[in-house]
Amino acid sequence: MVEEVSAETIRSLEATALEIRRDIIRMTHAAGSGHPGGSLSVCDLVNALVFRELRIDPARPEWPERDRLVMSKGHAAPALYSALALRGFLPREELLTLRKLGSRLQGHVDRNKLPFVEASTGCLGQGIGMAVGMALAARLGPHHFRTYAILGDGECQAGPTWEALMAGGHYKLSNLVVILDRNLYETDGPTEEIMGIEPIADKFRAFRYHTVEIDGHDYRQILGAFAEARRTTDAPTAIVAHTVKGKGVSFMEGTHVYHGKPPSTAELERALAELGAPAGVTR
Amino acid sequence: MMPAGKAESLRDAYGKTLLELGGKDPQLVVLDADLSGSTRTMLFGQKYPDRFFNVGVMEPTMMSIAAGLALSGRVAFASTFAVFAAGQAYNVVRQSICYNHANVKIVATHGGLLVGGDGGTHQMVEDIGLMRGLPGMTVIVPADAPTTRAATLAVHARDGPAYVRLTRENLPVVTDGSFQLGKAAELRSGSDLTIVAVGALVARALTVAEELARVGVSTRVLDFASVKPFDEAALLRAARDTGAILVLEEHSVLTGVGALVASTTSENYPVPVRRVGVPDVFGESGDPWALLDRYGMSVERIRDEAWELLRARGKVQ
Repeated sequence: MVEEVSAETIRSLEATALEIRRDIIRMTHAAGSGHPGGSLSVCDLVNALVFRELRIDPARPEWPERDRLVMSKGHAAPALYSALALRGFLPREELLTLRKLGSRLQGHVDRNKLPFVEASTGCLGQGIGMAVGMALAARLGPHHFRTYAILGDGECQAGPTWEALMAGGHYKLSNLVVILDRNLYETDGPTEEIMGIEPIADKFRAFRYHTVEIDGHDYRQILGAFAEARRTTDAPTAIVAHTVKGKGVSFMEGTHVYHGKPPSTAELERALAELGAPAGVTR
Repeated sequence: MMPAGKAESLRDAYGKTLLELGGKDPQLVVLDADLSGSTRTMLFGQKYPDRFFNVGVMEPTMMSIAAGLALSGRVAFASTFAVFAAGQAYNVVRQSICYNHANVKIVATHGGLLVGGDGGTHQMVEDIGLMRGLPGMTVIVPADAPTTRAATLAVHARDGPAYVRLTRENLPVVTDGSFQLGKAAELRSGSDLTIVAVGALVARALTVAEELARVGVSTRVLDFASVKPFDEAALLRAARDTGAILVLEEHSVLTGVGALVASTTSENYPVPVRRVGVPDVFGESGDPWALLDRYGMSVERIRDEAWELLRARGKVQ
């Protein structure tokens, strides 16, 4: 499933990914709360969707034929906000208003406040259902589009996630792509210690999904999986994206500690240095 | 006791109205959760199979799928029993539908104790309170089939989420179907006492008002089918004109229309209010109408409460 992708495309995506990761750190630090770990793990998936895969247009956020992205793991809002800002859907200056009173940037994504947020989410287990509804609407027409949903791994413990996945498989929604950000950790610790979800790819297959497993930080594999999903015409696609919680910031990697905890000021400096931000530029 | 008068099915009225709307509005989609025979959405499903989704026993996800359809330009009706629609699916109704301002109409059948034999597990007596507390939600409790039809049309015509609570039992026709959102219907004029009622108990309100009239007591009867938006003006007018209000509902008195009437009058025009409804307990299996009597909503109890209020107002010794 490794797609032929030009080196230029990869370089461009890697550049925006770095910007998004810096934004995630700055935003959660400025907010004093938020979810850096899962935002960093999903960063490359969101980046690839917003900059390459989705048919969207910042000049026409309400375009009826636009592809839909449902961020079911609504706590990864900073990653989506940053990508949208870089893509031109909102001013980048606004990013540091995250979680502040009066801001459009709610702690969990809110469709009534921002263009291109298709569904307000955050109470886990509801996003896939909304995505299934959107995919059914696209099948009915008159506006045809594809629907992508990003699922967290802790969210795979929620019963309604499986209800909704069952419906997507039953209706053979080939216009639906479910992407699992498999970063291995939830709020209290590793998923497999708290309530194991494995074998997760087998579960998707059993629920009638064309299922692919990829490295969720490898753009050739990510874009390859999206292309494979587009070629799949008789079933929805599930992409199990193996990711690293906190990816890109050494002390946030592979731990649940920064799931719902923002960086301190010292940690902010250190993280930005690791992410190659120009010295002293913490905004 | 069974209320007098010609009884009609609210559920049939809903199913037929959906069918009528299906021909007029190609954007209409209908969802059900394996109860389409009971809720009567099957009528729509048979005629418009492409726009009907029977999702099986997954009520929470029926609501999120309905929200997704609505957020993509459809108007979605979703039906199941009240205990599943408002109870099982509550947080999905809250977030996917209400928080999103999704254009989803939840029409819940089998509200209240009149479910009968299925018992307390299925007798939903908290739904009005749960649904009324959601920002942006419209809540309607029809008393009969004509109001059910009118309410179905009204929620279809109005953008935004709605909850319509229907009763399993056939109910006597007590209105002319001239239901309007946000308006109470004065079914009987009166000056000594007001009875505010919703749903199945509207008929009992009229029965008691008729009895009281025979002994010279003039009772106003208001059908508050539109629970939200609520006709505060009609309520306060009744408080001023009659000085006492009795509230009847087949719902918990803790969080239902009685609580709403008491708080609204207390803040604006305090008068004695008494609440007849389900006390703070779950129901049980039994004959539907016998359950209403057993749980404190008998005609005799309603009559006693009316006299209690009249005494409190010094209108009788």
